[in-house]
Amino acid sequence: MQLLKNNTIDLTVKLVMASVAMFVFVFVVMVPLYDVLCDALGINGKTSGRSYVAEKIEVDTTREITVQFVTINNSNMPWIFEPSEVITNVNPGAMNDVTFYAKNTTNKYMSAQAIPSVSPARASTYFHKTECFCFDKQDLGANSEILMPLRYIVDQNLPKDIKTITLSYTIFDITE
Amino acid sequence: MSDHAPSATSLSRWLYTTNHKDIGSMYLWFSLSMFILGGAFAMVIRAELFQPGMQLIDPNFYNQMTTLHGLVMIFGAIMPAFVGLANWLIPIMIGAPDMALPRMNNWSFWILPPAFLMLASTLFMEGGAPAFGWTAYAPLSTTYAPPSVTFFIFAVHILGVSSIMGSINIIATIMNMRAPGMTYMKMPMFVWTWLITAFLLVAVMPVLAGAVTMMLMDIHFNTSFFSAAGGGDPVLYQHIFWFFGHPEVYIIILPAFGVISEIIPTFSRKTLFGYSSMVYATASIAFMSFIVWAHHMYTVGMPVAGELFFMYATMLIAVPTGVKVFNWVSTMWRGALTFETPMLFAIGFLILFTIGGFSGLMLSIAPADFQYHDTYFVVAHFHYVMVAGAVFSITAAVYYWLPKMCGRMYNETMGKVNFWISFVGFNITFFPQHFVGLAGMPRRVPDYALQFADFNMMSSIGAFIYGMSQLLFMYNVIATVIAGKPVEENKTWEGASGLEWTIPTPAPYHTFEVPPDLTKEKIHATA
Repeated sequence: MQLLKNNTIDLTVKLVMASVAMFVFVFVVMVPLYDVLCDALGINGKTSGRSYVAEKIEVDTTREITVQFVTINNSNMPWIFEPSEVITNVNPGAMNDVTFYAKNTTNKYMSAQAIPSVSPARASTYFHKTECFCFDKQDLGANSEILMPLRYIVDQNLPKDIKTITLSYTIFDITE
Repeated sequence: MSDHAPSATSLSRWLYTTNHKDIGSMYLWFSLSMFILGGAFAMVIRAELFQPGMQLIDPNFYNQMTTLHGLVMIFGAIMPAFVGLANWLIPIMIGAPDMALPRMNNWSFWILPPAFLMLASTLFMEGGAPAFGWTAYAPLSTTYAPPSVTFFIFAVHILGVSSIMGSINIIATIMNMRAPGMTYMKMPMFVWTWLITAFLLVAVMPVLAGAVTMMLMDIHFNTSFFSAAGGGDPVLYQHIFWFFGHPEVYIIILPAFGVISEIIPTFSRKTLFGYSSMVYATASIAFMSFIVWAHHMYTVGMPVAGELFFMYATMLIAVPTGVKVFNWVSTMWRGALTFETPMLFAIGFLILFTIGGFSGLMLSIAPADFQYHDTYFVVAHFHYVMVAGAVFSITAAVYYWLPKMCGRMYNETMGKVNFWISFVGFNITFFPQHFVGLAGMPRRVPDYALQFADFNMMSSIGAFIYGMSQLLFMYNVIATVIAGKPVEENKTWEGASGLEWTIPTPAPYHTFEVPPDLTKEKIHATA
């Protein structure tokens, strides 16, 4: 009977440890793993958070890709935020520039972060940003404005069936 | 109750009890009360959907009803009912005197009612109860949640702790307390399915706890697990939730498989066909439940390779499930069948669960799912497996073991009437939902386009019929417990086998204080 009791306590301790381990697993494995996979595979239209260094640029003049820019203010974000051009045609492989205008319409100092997303999601691994305001947070004083640059290349290996790429930025208020 | 049982009317008996039969009974009564509550929510939903347009309640309250209906039915009615049956039956079935950890058993029950009290109290709070669906997808459950979401989170934490304690208890009981000679492959199927279910619970309830903890941190501690502004992602929530959620549906259905595997042989007067294949099928279903979660989220924008993987893995589950269905049918094949109430519910389960399985197979096809996703087709599917699967099997189990538990026989005619009304009412409710779903009626919306009006009215009428038949069930059970015809013989059912039918009726307060010796017994003809 004593032996049985020890077995039970042993087993209970193991099972409790297993359930605690599963709880920890969610935080330390599932969350980072999800981020790594999304980064690596370009899932969810997530574009890389780092600037792109091209290996060998060949401008593909045989086709033109329509690139559209969309800006969205997250809930309660009062800034004015818009692209200098909404739609443009570019050649794959060519370096392109576009600027985004932002204005802090409030009477206080604010910080903002723009989060990009590419649609269709399949195109996200072929959309390279060499310079982007979204790599950093943007600080703006009361009622001040700024022109923010974006420099990008559409990869020459972009699948032929993709004719239009939409880059959307959502701007979030991250003032501490 | 017979020997040594303390007075049934003293409150302290129920508060302090460590007896597995007492705790089992409390779980079952608690489950019945939650079933009525969750059913009342369902009636409100169907009353609103009786006609197109907004009639009775406002949309926000409607959303609260769908949310609470799901939570109460899953965590309050179905799961505690199976835990109650496990408490009552597992020690008796394996020849043990009680559960391995009786004090913990008491705790795992008694933290449940406060958790549900807390969850139900959110209905009366400012901003109302949670209205984001039982799945609690972020950001609906974080950025846009009512303040009561915090109470929801704590309630889920408590339910999780209760389930984990209950499962640890069940695993310890089954692994350490079997009578001599009760080898693993001699255990009744109900015990087997519960052993596997308990392992699933230990593995995934902490995952749900983790998901709601992240919600809690996003809401109150400025983290951004599910908020894109801070580098998080709402889709991450769906992955974590369904990593819990898919095993959860097997947690609900595996014990039902166990119940059906006990009842069908009894009323077929044959041993279960393919006992060992049943065990392996159950284990493989449990294993595969961990690798199919993303079939709930085909439309979030996964890579095609991912969609294909989850699609094929999901379809593969149909194989062990098919093995089980074929084994049940083979058990009945050329058996000397009789159709008492438990058997009727078991056969009802078999037919309707298989229909639910087929619609599940349809949903598993990723390209087709884009049409079915978030429509009433999904609602029809999961009610075929949850209600006709889990609830029918619980009803069957109650009718089957109630005479052993309380020493009184239920009213057979009323039982049969209960079955036929349930069966017809259920199908009137949920079969039309397949059609409106395929035609594009979205779920979780209080109003609908006019062309769905007839089928919805049909659904609502069916739901009222089904709901009423549950009152009949409740009446039958209570009347049996209070004043049913006493049963004398140990074996209520002629064809029953298993240790629970060797003890006196009603089951004495303490059983198997001396373990039975089963070393010579051949329980299952392992054909």
